[in-house]
Amino acid sequence: MASDGIEIRNLYKIFGPKGEDYVDLVKGGMSKAALNEQHGHVLGLNDINIFMPGGKITVVMGLSGSGKSTLIRHINRLIDPTAGEVIYQGNDVCKMSDAELQDFRRHKTAMVFQKFALLPHRTVLKNTVYGLEVQGVDKDEAEQRARKWITRVGLEGFEDHYPNQLSGGMQQRVGLARALTNDADILLMDEAFSALDPLIRMDMQTVLLDIQEELEKTIVFITHDLDEALRLGDHIAILRDGAVIQQGSGQDIVLNPADAYITDFVKDVNRGRVIEVDTIMTKKEPPKDALIISSGAMLEDAAKKLSEAGAVNAKIVDGTGKLLGSITIQDTISAMVTPATH
Amino acid sequence: MEWIEFPSLSRETLRDIRVTLDDGFKEFTRAYGETLEAMLEPLKIFLIWLEDLLISSPWIIILAVIVAAVYAGSRNWKIALGTFLALVAIGIFGMWEDTMRTIAMVTVCTITAIVLGIPIGIAMSRSDRLQAIITPILDLMQTMPSFVYLIPVVMIFGLGKVPGVIAVVIYAIPPMIRLTNLGIRLVDKDVLEAADAFGSSNWQKLKDVQLPLALPTIMAGINQCIMMSLAMVVVASMIGVRGLGQPVLQAINNQYFTLGVMNGLAIVAIAIIFDRASQAYGKRLQKHSEVIHG
Repeated sequence: MASDGIEIRNLYKIFGPKGEDYVDLVKGGMSKAALNEQHGHVLGLNDINIFMPGGKITVVMGLSGSGKSTLIRHINRLIDPTAGEVIYQGNDVCKMSDAELQDFRRHKTAMVFQKFALLPHRTVLKNTVYGLEVQGVDKDEAEQRARKWITRVGLEGFEDHYPNQLSGGMQQRVGLARALTNDADILLMDEAFSALDPLIRMDMQTVLLDIQEELEKTIVFITHDLDEALRLGDHIAILRDGAVIQQGSGQDIVLNPADAYITDFVKDVNRGRVIEVDTIMTKKEPPKDALIISSGAMLEDAAKKLSEAGAVNAKIVDGTGKLLGSITIQDTISAMVTPATH
Repeated sequence: MEWIEFPSLSRETLRDIRVTLDDGFKEFTRAYGETLEAMLEPLKIFLIWLEDLLISSPWIIILAVIVAAVYAGSRNWKIALGTFLALVAIGIFGMWEDTMRTIAMVTVCTITAIVLGIPIGIAMSRSDRLQAIITPILDLMQTMPSFVYLIPVVMIFGLGKVPGVIAVVIYAIPPMIRLTNLGIRLVDKDVLEAADAFGSSNWQKLKDVQLPLALPTIMAGINQCIMMSLAMVVVASMIGVRGLGQPVLQAINNQYFTLGVMNGLAIVAIAIIFDRASQAYGKRLQKHSEVIHG
């Protein structure tokens, strides 16, 4: 099932009673601090332009106050923009009528929340069917579809439990099942795993990646955790003070940080898990006995294979077996520890 | 002298104001009294029907039905047993019929207060302006001495059951409205946002999220409403509502200590039955909040 991309164009959000009046000032370069000081309005989002590719995971990353939660709420218009467009399938979400918006939210989007936001008076099963119930789907069919996703996220046997009988990790599985049961193209995840402890968070990331491999939805994932962003994101946008300061693949960001702020962010990253062998390979002819490593593998995996085999050289091949280039174990290890300059 | 006495309006002016207002209201009563009375006719029919039903059915059936209803609501045999003993004592001391009248009265008043109060509370929770308008009216209803609003009620409706119901409802409805409003306003914003994100309509949000989550607070409102209705039965008896209030009134007038105490205790007994049963029922509705993940 192919999903469509979301294009955000020139999006501005200024919080305050007369936000529209100040858009031009902000477009003219007024800073967040100046706007707050001189006009008492808060700049939430400043000229956001992001293309979120269909069927991929786009991660929006930033620290608290950077505007990332504000941004994700513009995609299903839980927050109205001050100016700009959010285009999905050729329609501008920001211009939809109330009825169109309701229909869009019911059928095209589903959302997972940081604080789970489950209905405390409903059982796991009844929470999971909520989206379908709102759409008016027949009860039996809705429950059948919900049960499938409850099982898929590993909550089989808990259908009749209430949310406060479950741990945080399990509650968020309910949140995920509720969103997936909606079978919407767009999945919005607002710091969905931030409230969970590290092991459970890893576990949930794995669940999400597994499911995404099968469903290929357009996922927008908000996080403040760079490791999570790099693990999940096909495309990553980094936000600060309401503006995008860099976007690209995880590898792009780690290899070519746009400014000192991002450099600082990425300096502790495990490069071996982010950089692909393709980035460091050379056109040098590999020796005959070289190990075969497929294109797109991460450095860490390549280093592991090489050292396990006791080999020095490896050739990089694509899916059809065509030779693309070669690497050595020295290149691999030095790229993992020092900033790569390729 | 001029700083000692407050410069009030002259006696003549005050008298004129009173006469004008009184005449105006009398005019209004004459013009619309019958229409208003006709509008409330169904309420009267319902109250009389319920009262007849409770009084003319065999006592043992009524006793069984009340005890069964209390048990069905609370699922607590202690409360059911207490109800049984209290009603038997009331019967033995000869207060069965008056008690039935009072129960009928309180039931009708509570139903009226719920039917009017919950929609008003919902409307109030959706608009800050409406809240700002209604809150002082509720303050007035709760603090104005009930004898004061009995005057216009009696002028329009005369003595009897319907003015009794109106007086009781005016007194008992404020907590119903306030707590419905409060309960809905206290619903977790995150959960409401989730309901919005899934495209819920306003009605779906109200019915599936706001009302169920506000239910404990609304139940507290219903409970308060019942208690306040019972507190009003003596005052209502002054305008001819029969029931446990009347013997109390008689006891006050004639200094019959024992008669007053007995009927007073019967009112207390009914109050406790209603209170415990409705609270236990409310708690049972909230069973999801009891088991906390350890």
